[in-house]
Amino acid sequence: MGDKKEREIIRLRNVSKHYPMGDSVVKALSHLEFKVYEGEFVAIMGPSGSGKSTAMNLVGSLDVPTFGTIYLDNGDISELSESDLAQIRGKKIGFIFQSFNLIPNLTVKENVMLPMMFQGTSIEERENKAEELLRLVELHERMGHYPGEISGGQMQRVAIARSLANDPEVILADEPTGNLDTKTGAIVMDFLEKLNRKGKTVIMVTHDPDLAEEYADVVYWLKDGELEKVTKRCGKKFIDVTKKKKKEMKNNKKKRKE
Amino acid sequence: MNLDYLILALKNLKHRGIRSWLTLLGIFIGVTAVVSLISLGAGLQAAVGAQFGISSTQVITVQAGGINAFGAPGSGAVNKLTTSDADAIKRLSSVDMAIPRNIETIRVEFNDMLNIMSAISMPYGEEKKRGWEVMDLEAEKGRLLQDSDLKKVVLGNNFANDDNGFDKSVETGNKILINGEKFEVVGILKKKGSLIFDNIILINNDVLEDLTGYGDEVDLIAVVIKDTDLMNRAVEDIEKLMRNRRGVKEGEEDFEVSTPEVMMETVNNILGGVQAFIVIIASISILVGALGIVNTMTTSVLERRKEIGIMKAIGAKNSQVFMQFFFESGMLGLMGGLVGVVIGTLIGIAGTAGINGFLGTELSPVIDFVLIIGALIGSFFIGAVAGIVPAMNAAKQNPVEALRG
Repeated sequence: MGDKKEREIIRLRNVSKHYPMGDSVVKALSHLEFKVYEGEFVAIMGPSGSGKSTAMNLVGSLDVPTFGTIYLDNGDISELSESDLAQIRGKKIGFIFQSFNLIPNLTVKENVMLPMMFQGTSIEERENKAEELLRLVELHERMGHYPGEISGGQMQRVAIARSLANDPEVILADEPTGNLDTKTGAIVMDFLEKLNRKGKTVIMVTHDPDLAEEYADVVYWLKDGELEKVTKRCGKKFIDVTKKKKKEMKNNKKKRKE
Repeated sequence: MNLDYLILALKNLKHRGIRSWLTLLGIFIGVTAVVSLISLGAGLQAAVGAQFGISSTQVITVQAGGINAFGAPGSGAVNKLTTSDADAIKRLSSVDMAIPRNIETIRVEFNDMLNIMSAISMPYGEEKKRGWEVMDLEAEKGRLLQDSDLKKVVLGNNFANDDNGFDKSVETGNKILINGEKFEVVGILKKKGSLIFDNIILINNDVLEDLTGYGDEVDLIAVVIKDTDLMNRAVEDIEKLMRNRRGVKEGEEDFEVSTPEVMMETVNNILGGVQAFIVIIASISILVGALGIVNTMTTSVLERRKEIGIMKAIGAKNSQVFMQFFFESGMLGLMGGLVGVVIGTLIGIAGTAGINGFLGTELSPVIDFVLIIGALIGSFFIGAVAGIVPAMNAAKQNPVEALRG
């Protein structure tokens, strides 16, 4: 994996997210610290309520942290405006959701074309790229269908094609197999793995430890809004690198104080 | 780029339920009313004008005023016009002819039924000839009146129908009783589409005078001028002359000199009132339609929160989300306008055809492309304006919350 860790794509520095709830504050995420390098397959693991969705929203620049800094491709995105964030996530992040989130009124092809429209890509280019991507996920014969006319597994493959539309740095998959049976889930995961092998950075949010350890290089385990441990693939096994990471965190804190 | 939003808006509209389309009724009705009103404009004017018997542009009508009773023109006047007034008018340099006309109430019997009707006197010689021309009257059956005709009448086209009040159509050669005297029907006039001319009973002046005894009194004087350009001068001349003859001051005239233009103006005033009324109704309708669009778009934004979230997640900026809903709303208005323009134009075409059939005219509907394009742009604009607030709401959605649906 060493050769993959050249370029830092995402970095969360002491990130916390608090939500006001009536008179109290819900601390959805506290002091999260992690880095994702180009070409890595990272899993954010945790049970429900662990803060993994919040983490995904922050990493995906759908939301900004209450405290801390997030760097995407070395740029600080923690305090950007809503529209700047939109532009950045459109360009640099491809989302894959548990419930596919295709737009029902648009055909499969139009769904794949949509992110490119928001980036101002010309219509010809959009069409060509969409066709190419649908061929990649082996759905080019279904281009003219509407999402309601294809199966769940196929919808998720369309979502994968859509996530690649603007050739993003990172694919962010939120429980990508959550709504699929084991077999179709495996097909979808194979596509993600294939993309990763081609050099695409993949961040997957899941509650399933087996899935995380089957595909990911690094797994961040969250619990109650805090980082519980970090495991890293070493051959076929995963080793706990939490101490190392925590040390890194301390060093970072020191540096910040200085 | 904006074309993309239009296409996207159209795609979304295609999948809209009937509820959305129903909200367009307001815009549709408003635009239909305005477009049909304008395309019918010329036809309406002609139809109403014909009802008032306004056709020639060369004839000035002089009538005594001070009307104290309902009845035919001039018949209720206190101080009636006389044949000598007509003779005096005839002597004016701008005037070619001044034809005294009498409209008399008579009893008509036919098929053992009695009706009270109005007969109009016909002058003689050249004046009679011009009379036919000016009133644009032709015989459909039989012939027109001749100077030598005594107990003979020419009837308007409605007499040839069964529903003429006598339960039997009157044919040429039939005998009818007028004030108890037997008259032969020598001609039935062509249909004019006018209440006045289609129910007319024409009798030679001397015969009608014998029958009803109006003596020198005249109900109205039809003045034919030498040249259309002399219209204004002729009106002034006649007014001056009549003021002198009747001994009244300017501004206190007890008579009326009306030109076809003035009469047409009256018709236009009436039509203007009707049009203003329809435009007010149309405006209210469009306002209701706009509120309907606000409503349907607001609901749509709420229903499509998740879609908004998805759009934002895949890179749509607030302005782009705004544009999509803004265009969608505009397109919704445009659809209403489009249907309104089509139906309005069809009503205009059908209505004008109906008027043509009724009046025997050859009017064509006014298909004003500027109006049509204006109506379409206007509908889009109204829809878009109605969509501003909902579109702003859509744009403001927080992506994380919106994605939860």
